[in-house]
Amino acid sequence: MSKKQVVGKKYAMPVLDPHERIKYFREVATGYTEELALLEAARCLQCKKPLCVEGCPVGVDIPAFIKLILARDYQGAANKIKEKNSLPAVCGRVCPQENQCEKFCVMGKKNEPVAIGRLERFVADWEFEHGEFKPEAKAPNGKKVAIVGSGPSGLTCAAELARMGYRVKIFEALHMAGGVLVYGIPEFRLPKAVVAREIENIKKLGVEIEVNSVIGKLYTIDELISDGFDAVYVATGAGLPYFMNIPGENLNGVYSANEFLTRVNLMKAYKFPEYITPIHTGRRIAVIGGGNVAMDAARTALRLGVEKSYIIYRRSEKEMPARAEEIEHAREEGVEFVLLSSPVEIKGDEDGRVKAIVCQKYELGEPDSSGRRRPVPLENSEYEIPVDTVVMAIGQGPNPLIPATTPELKTNKNGNIIADANTGKTSKPQIFAGGDVVSGAATVILAMGAGKKAAQGINQYLFGGTE
Amino acid sequence: MYEIKRKALLANNIKLFEIFAPEIARKAQAGQFVIVRQHEKAERIPLTIADFDRNQGTITIIFQEVGRSTIDLGQLKKGDYILDFVGPLGKESEISKYGRVVCIGGGVGVAPLYPIAKRLHGEGNYIVSVIGARSRGDLIWEEKMRAVSDALYITTDDGSYGEKGFVTDILKRIIGSEEIDAVIAIGPLVMMEAVSEITRPHGIKTVVSLNPIMLDGTGMCGACRVQIGQETKFACVDGPEFDGHLVDWDNAKRRAKMFLQEEKIALEVLRYNCSEGGAHACQKNK
Ligand SMILES: Cc1cc2nc3c(=O)[nH]c(=O)nc-3n(C[C@H](O)[C@H](O)[C@H](O)COP(=O)(O)OP(=O)(O)OC[C@H]3O[C@@H](n4cnc5c(N)ncnc54)[C@H](O)[C@@H]3O)c2cc1C
Ligand code: FES
Repeated sequence: MSKKQVVGKKYAMPVLDPHERIKYFREVATGYTEELALLEAARCLQCKKPLCVEGCPVGVDIPAFIKLILARDYQGAANKIKEKNSLPAVCGRVCPQENQCEKFCVMGKKNEPVAIGRLERFVADWEFEHGEFKPEAKAPNGKKVAIVGSGPSGLTCAAELARMGYRVKIFEALHMAGGVLVYGIPEFRLPKAVVAREIENIKKLGVEIEVNSVIGKLYTIDELISDGFDAVYVATGAGLPYFMNIPGENLNGVYSANEFLTRVNLMKAYKFPEYITPIHTGRRIAVIGGGNVAMDAARTALRLGVEKSYIIYRRSEKEMPARAEEIEHAREEGVEFVLLSSPVEIKGDEDGRVKAIVCQKYELGEPDSSGRRRPVPLENSEYEIPVDTVVMAIGQGPNPLIPATTPELKTNKNGNIIADANTGKTSKPQIFAGGDVVSGAATVILAMGAGKKAAQGINQYLFGGTE
Repeated sequence: MYEIKRKALLANNIKLFEIFAPEIARKAQAGQFVIVRQHEKAERIPLTIADFDRNQGTITIIFQEVGRSTIDLGQLKKGDYILDFVGPLGKESEISKYGRVVCIGGGVGVAPLYPIAKRLHGEGNYIVSVIGARSRGDLIWEEKMRAVSDALYITTDDGSYGEKGFVTDILKRIIGSEEIDAVIAIGPLVMMEAVSEITRPHGIKTVVSLNPIMLDGTGMCGACRVQIGQETKFACVDGPEFDGHLVDWDNAKRRAKMFLQEEKIALEVLRYNCSEGGAHACQKNK
């Protein structure tokens, strides 16, 4: 290979101006142009032993798809990605690439890694615009699988099984498919039209989606089996919001992040009163937490017109679990970070509306089991921040409905369903599980990976003959 | 899409729909509720199941037109469709053989009370029902309640029908003269609170059904939080029925007003559209 000139930095992602973009919900990152994609693709060293692939939870052949970009065979690049990843337009936008593929990129040792995520998105968007999706249907194999939950894990498992010739039906509790992709992650980061297109493609594979179906209430898992499904994949996510159990948490103006984001994203409260679901923010909002969910809520609040949007987090910025890009975008837009602080009380006015949040200061001590330095509270360090709204984004647990109505399904002490990491098999025959309901709140790509493994696990179980 | 099989006007602004939803009807139990989203731009609102017919495959819902969503809903006609209809949600009523049970329904609360009274009656309880409304024209389901009660009292605030006064007046009288084993009360928050305060000193088991603001109805948002004793509960999954003596009524009343301002705006928009006769042509009470 001839020695090329090294371009040290990633080609910047074109983004909307921070002062403008907080006026609406349009997507912030507008995506590489073809020209930028070609320049960025040229930064890839095409390593013989690509480490990036090892960092990808679903093992996309990254150098190969980048090479196809360089050859301007964008359809080929899309096909290459889709061999392993059925939701590339989503992953290109929301994966924490800095902890995955890009973390291992050889370019990243001395310079910035190749912008793999941005290239993935470019290819997926190109395909949506120019390509045509042709489902490769296999002859039906006569088996039926029910999938509970239409988040990334359920969708991926459905797509994989449909390609193998299964009849697949997804049951979704909400009125729209997509899970967190439609109710949690905001429009300005992941346009709902992108999710809708991905779901359309999955439907073209023959997958049926029945919305408004709360499994455990409308049908139990056992009834699905007795109705003739040969296996069930439970992918119900981690939708149960946690609260802090501090005084004042039931005041008017305190939301879980799930409620806040669902009102805005799924119910489109940002278009109130055209859409009838309301949201109320007042002038100042405090979001508690340091993950993607917290960033999404704080940035959403700005777009709803708040004057002050605070993120309150117990540790320092370095420990924040959010994607680097989200933290950066939040800061650019004017979100204020109140670090090493955690709420101890929420105060209300005489009408029971939030008026202030009382925080205690923290310092960082020794590293804990997660490897991050443990936050230690400082005595007598309480102080008050006047706010009108508080959003709790401190994490979510699994919804207990399915385990509660499926006695033989074993869960761990956090309520997560126990399932084999390679096959998705649970303690109950014919029942498989994966995604956030097994792992606890994690990432889109890990949920997808689990869905894929479960599809193989189910296929092995039904046709492997080794059971 | 879920078809409206029957529509009836039960009283002033109180309407009944029978909705074709055979899967839900198959599973529904007294005390449970459904979430309704009328159309693409509508809210998700919880409505308690007032009756169900497993053979016909229908769920009966009864609602009072008090805000934007219920007024919109009331404009639908027999044969129209509701976009989303989810259920059966929440826990079913705890039905057991208590002995003598007073079933108290206020206003539109009589509707969700009916299937519970019916079940309790069926289990061999002696049912004393007390139903109340503001005025004669606001009273619903007198005959249906009578059919499942051993005794029935009626009150109206203005005395236009039954006894003049509140359901609580009758309750006090009953407590003064009979031994009571349990009270079930469904109606406005202030009524359920008053009932709970009357029974508290007598230590009579009191069950109320809360209908707080909800969003998903499946336990994923916490909009429906209620304070029960020292604990916070999600009414949509832990309820909707709770021990009336443990409910923090002040908190419940406050939380019901969370979006008061927005509710007014939504209503004004509707009025404006009606007066314009525009996109949203008003067909009230057709
Ligand atoms: C606001 C927010 C931002 C995030 N940002 C990112 C990000 O940038 N990058 C990233 O990688 N990850 C992110 N995540 C995490 C990621 O979204 C999740 O890890 C992923 O969606 C999990 O997928 P899943 O399929 O397991 O579950 P979910 O997406 O939660 O889907 C579960 C589905 O099951 C349905 N369901 C639940 N119970 C039942 C039932 N009883 N019957 C029928 N259906 C049921 C639910 O309604 C839901 O639709 C974010 C999460 C949130 C909340
Ligand atoms: S309505 Fe969302 S948790 Fe009860």
